[in-house]
Amino acid sequence: MDLDRPIPASAPIRQPSESALVVRRLLSRIGFYLFVVIVGAYFALPMVWLVFAPFDAHPTLTAAPPSAFTLGNFPDLLKDPYALPSLVNSVILAVATMVLVVAAAAPAAYALSRVRIPGRDLLLYVLLLFSSVVTGTAAMVPLFLLVFDLGLINTQVGVVLVLAGGLIPAGIFILKDFVDSMPKSYEESARVFGASSFQILRDIVLPYARPGLAVIAVWVVVNVWSNFLIPFILLRDPGQLPAAVVVYNFYTEGGQANLRLLSSFGLLYSIPVVAMYLFVNRRYGFRFYGGIKG
Amino acid sequence: MSPRGAELPAPPRGASTPAEASAAALSTRGAVAFLTPALLLIGVFLIFPALWTLYLGITDYRLTGIQAAQPQVIGLDNYTAALGDPAFANSLWVTVLYVLGSAVIGQLGLGFALAWMFRRWQGPARNALEVLVIVAWIVPSSVVAFLWIAFLDTHNGTLNAALGNANIPWLFSWPLLSIIVFNTWRGTAFSMLLCGGALNTLPPSHLETARLAGASSWQQLRDIVLPSIRGHLLTNLLLISLWTFNDFTPYLITAGGPNFATDTLPVYIFRNALVNFQLGYGAAISAILLVINLGIALIYLRVLRARN
Repeated sequence: MDLDRPIPASAPIRQPSESALVVRRLLSRIGFYLFVVIVGAYFALPMVWLVFAPFDAHPTLTAAPPSAFTLGNFPDLLKDPYALPSLVNSVILAVATMVLVVAAAAPAAYALSRVRIPGRDLLLYVLLLFSSVVTGTAAMVPLFLLVFDLGLINTQVGVVLVLAGGLIPAGIFILKDFVDSMPKSYEESARVFGASSFQILRDIVLPYARPGLAVIAVWVVVNVWSNFLIPFILLRDPGQLPAAVVVYNFYTEGGQANLRLLSSFGLLYSIPVVAMYLFVNRRYGFRFYGGIKG
Repeated sequence: MSPRGAELPAPPRGASTPAEASAAALSTRGAVAFLTPALLLIGVFLIFPALWTLYLGITDYRLTGIQAAQPQVIGLDNYTAALGDPAFANSLWVTVLYVLGSAVIGQLGLGFALAWMFRRWQGPARNALEVLVIVAWIVPSSVVAFLWIAFLDTHNGTLNAALGNANIPWLFSWPLLSIIVFNTWRGTAFSMLLCGGALNTLPPSHLETARLAGASSWQQLRDIVLPSIRGHLLTNLLLISLWTFNDFTPYLITAGGPNFATDTLPVYIFRNALVNFQLGYGAAISAILLVINLGIALIYLRVLRARN
């Protein structure tokens, strides 16, 4: 950690006494530890409940080690009519959106990276602008009406299309980075040796872009898995709802929340995204792309 | 311009457009075919809704009744109604405080402080703190919303327990402060990671020289570090401001209450448009939010271009 060092002897002008320096270093070290403890508690304390309550036979709102340790809260989730089906719904939404985004964004990214289409730079600019400006909250009225008019209200197809439309631009930018980093000479040599366009794409571009596709896939899944607003406004039928909305219903609908259900389900629902994030982060590092409908 | 600048390669040997195209596996026509599905989806589900918002905002559209079948264009009535509505003024003010408190001061301030601390601090305590901050950012919002409801609960909340059974009704007495503290907790990771990346771009020799010359940590920060990463800080600030303006998560904790104290613009739009089904009015407010977003995004892109 960076603490003030003694000023070198060659600077005699404001040389403080030895003891004053020791006190200063001590104080700044104490201040540093105090800050770390407070910030650590700030970030840890709200999360502790999610670690302990799922394993407590009688959880309360207070975060405390389980008074009566149990794993029974998890099998009990089977008894709830919405908990586990909602996880299936989340998987369906996440996978369908992921397939759609990858299938649409990958060819678009390749074309934008390799072919100098007239107006390309303007197109990229407009895409970036719209993808960051048009958020789910700002566009909830027209999105609701559009999906309503298309007859897709209360269907998972509607949710998938809206989520994909919002995620594709950022997907294109991330993938374009990957294609841009691929030397053009690979494709040129393949062409010299008489490979067809299809062969070049399948045997050279696709393998090279595979890490990029994996990043996009996981990134879309994480986003859709966590998204609350879009399914919240577009789905009504309780049997269709993804876990994000069902968790919310657990603590807003009908009287006292069942904390055993809520805590164990909340943990089960949260683990996959944390695991996926850590996986992507470890392998590819942090990338700051935003513009996600939230 | 390209999204992050810098990656547009200069055409080799002044190659003409067809020559460049032939190097790739695609003709221009093929490229258009490759772009079509993506542009179709973006056009219908991203660009069209934005433009439609602007139109709806000037109509008296409702989901049921006569106005549903034949919405009338009523000009700027929705906008004048909104601008004259104290509820809207309250909502805008609450949103500004929420953005200033949680994004500008909270996330950027704390995120930078953490990145600065982490710069040359190694060890398990550092890693644990970093993971905690990131996990707060990753866990889905409907889960963290309840974690904070529980944490701030008047009688059984962990915060009051930690303060010696203080029984302070945080969400009733300090609602806006509560969601500001919540959103700082929620979003600091992004600024921490981005500032960390920015600090890594500084040549260590600069700071070393300054230190040898007797500059204190504070002087190094003010005279060397902040001026060099100003661009990063500004882009970060614009992004988190835009996201916080559009953040729907406060709804999950307080639903805008008590007594509209946390009625941010997204919550206000949701209530008017999709609960009370005043779609025209809701769309007008949405259009105002879109314009705010557009303003932030245009500044962002300009800063980004200036930086490259």
